[in-house]
Amino acid sequence: MAMTMTQKILANHSGNKVVKAGELITARLDMVLGNDITSPLAIQEFKKIGIKKVFDNEKIALVPDHFCPNKDIKSAEQVKIVREFAKEYGIKNYFEVGQMGIEHALLPEKGLVTAGDVVIGADSHTCTYGALGAFSTGIGSTDMAAGMAAGELWFKVPDAIKVVLKGAPKGYISGKDIILHLIGKIGVDGARYMSLEFSGDAIGHLTMDDRFTIANMAIEAGAKNGIFPVDDKTLSYIKEHSVKPYKVFEADSDAVYSSEIVIDVSQLEYTVACPHLPSNTKPASSLGDIKIDQVVIGSCTNGRIGDLRVAAKILKGKKVADGVRCIVFPATQKIYLQAIEEGLVQAMVESGVAVSTPTCGPCLGGHMGILASGERCVSTTNRNFVGRMGHVDSEVYLASPAVAAASAITGKISIPEEVV
Amino acid sequence: MILKGKVHIFADNVDTDVIIPARYLNTIDPKELAKHCMIDIDEKFAKNVSQGDIMVAGYNFGCGSSREHAPIAIKGSGISCVIARSFARIFYRNAINIGLPILECDEILDEINSKDELEVNLSTGVILNKTTGKSYSSEPFPKFMQEIIEAGGEIAYIKEKMKEVQA
Repeated sequence: MAMTMTQKILANHSGNKVVKAGELITARLDMVLGNDITSPLAIQEFKKIGIKKVFDNEKIALVPDHFCPNKDIKSAEQVKIVREFAKEYGIKNYFEVGQMGIEHALLPEKGLVTAGDVVIGADSHTCTYGALGAFSTGIGSTDMAAGMAAGELWFKVPDAIKVVLKGAPKGYISGKDIILHLIGKIGVDGARYMSLEFSGDAIGHLTMDDRFTIANMAIEAGAKNGIFPVDDKTLSYIKEHSVKPYKVFEADSDAVYSSEIVIDVSQLEYTVACPHLPSNTKPASSLGDIKIDQVVIGSCTNGRIGDLRVAAKILKGKKVADGVRCIVFPATQKIYLQAIEEGLVQAMVESGVAVSTPTCGPCLGGHMGILASGERCVSTTNRNFVGRMGHVDSEVYLASPAVAAASAITGKISIPEEVV
Repeated sequence: MILKGKVHIFADNVDTDVIIPARYLNTIDPKELAKHCMIDIDEKFAKNVSQGDIMVAGYNFGCGSSREHAPIAIKGSGISCVIARSFARIFYRNAINIGLPILECDEILDEINSKDELEVNLSTGVILNKTTGKSYSSEPFPKFMQEIIEAGGEIAYIKEKMKEVQA
């Protein structure tokens, strides 16, 4: 029977020749991930199982990135639990402040996830690694505990939506515009329980950073995972970053999809998701005069080097508007260093940008950029729910790094062509 | 198992950020989390909720973050069961794993008023609105998930399984 790419990976990891949508299977795990918010709960549950070892101390990654560097005493205590667990159980991939980055930028960069893997993470944006041709999905803390113990987890084999991306993006149109457009089209539950399987000639025009951004926000359409076919760009990324063995899976040409969506990316406009749902999308040019108080550029969605290059290029030689706070978060230490070496940090700081150490901080209203009541932020992050970035009466507009940088200069939501 | 309680009604797409905002995620204590449950969309929820009460909501309940703190906060607040038109998948797994009963039912939301009293039979999936006298059916859990629930949650289930492996 024909299978989707996701189904093929799940069949391979569950010892089945064929799996079909709706079937319950148990799959072998190549990586189990947790952060400082979700791991303490997972550790508490893991200890209830009463075993002395994790299934594989090289296949667990613990990344304190959300409320780190520790934002308060309670957070410091939570991180301490994770640090001590990592030490006690000999977890190889624990990343302390100074080495850590935002988990979903860090794991691919460290080569810990690769094509053909099955990855679970106690963080909803674990779906990011679909950009590498892996099956990866977010789960909760108890599932993480079960995964750390058994090295396997049950899954319901998902149906899939085929997303065909056609054409070449113009100007500063990026992966963010593509995924926001798609979520706007199908809604925040449009892919609930399903895979989003991307295909089409536009993928060849997309950088790996674009693909990470797109796969990252699959969850914002309710998807179980988002996945890209493996091409030369994927392979060169994998070879540059990872020594892990990888396996390339391809969807069968006659695989059955629940629906097919075609997007001509050459026709896309700069897309913004207005409060308070990622699906509330509009072309940036149609929004009129929306004044802003803050701009955030970073996160597991858009804190990679390609994102910072775009932001710095637009900001260089210009000033952040009076009354606007612009904060940039390189997603990992390596990206930070690269941004320094390429002169991006200097250009941004000279523009009046605050450049921070890697953290998820403001994206989820944790720290380092919380909004007051009535304040409005343009953010390259992934969610604009009520109260997401601070006060319940604050607003978040989701956009690409190009739109965010342009908006920082004008003080209102703007497209890059307004400032370059 | 029969659950009885008064209803608390919510709309579509209730996300985990409003169920328990991230600013309260620096603890895993269920009682502490419960104090702030739903605070950003219903400030008085934690005060008004009584042990055994039932949440009824629209589509895609629990969308967003994977934080298991969300079903823990709901359970900790005293809510005995969540009935929604549909659930986001991570929330669905998390609720089963921590032992918060959840049921999918499409019709009930259209015909319900706040303060109505519900009676839910978890084994049959029948939901009775005691105030209006009308009853509704919901899909019982698939057998596999029933086994996890019967084992006492996922950890108990895995514990049994690990014993078998090590034996």
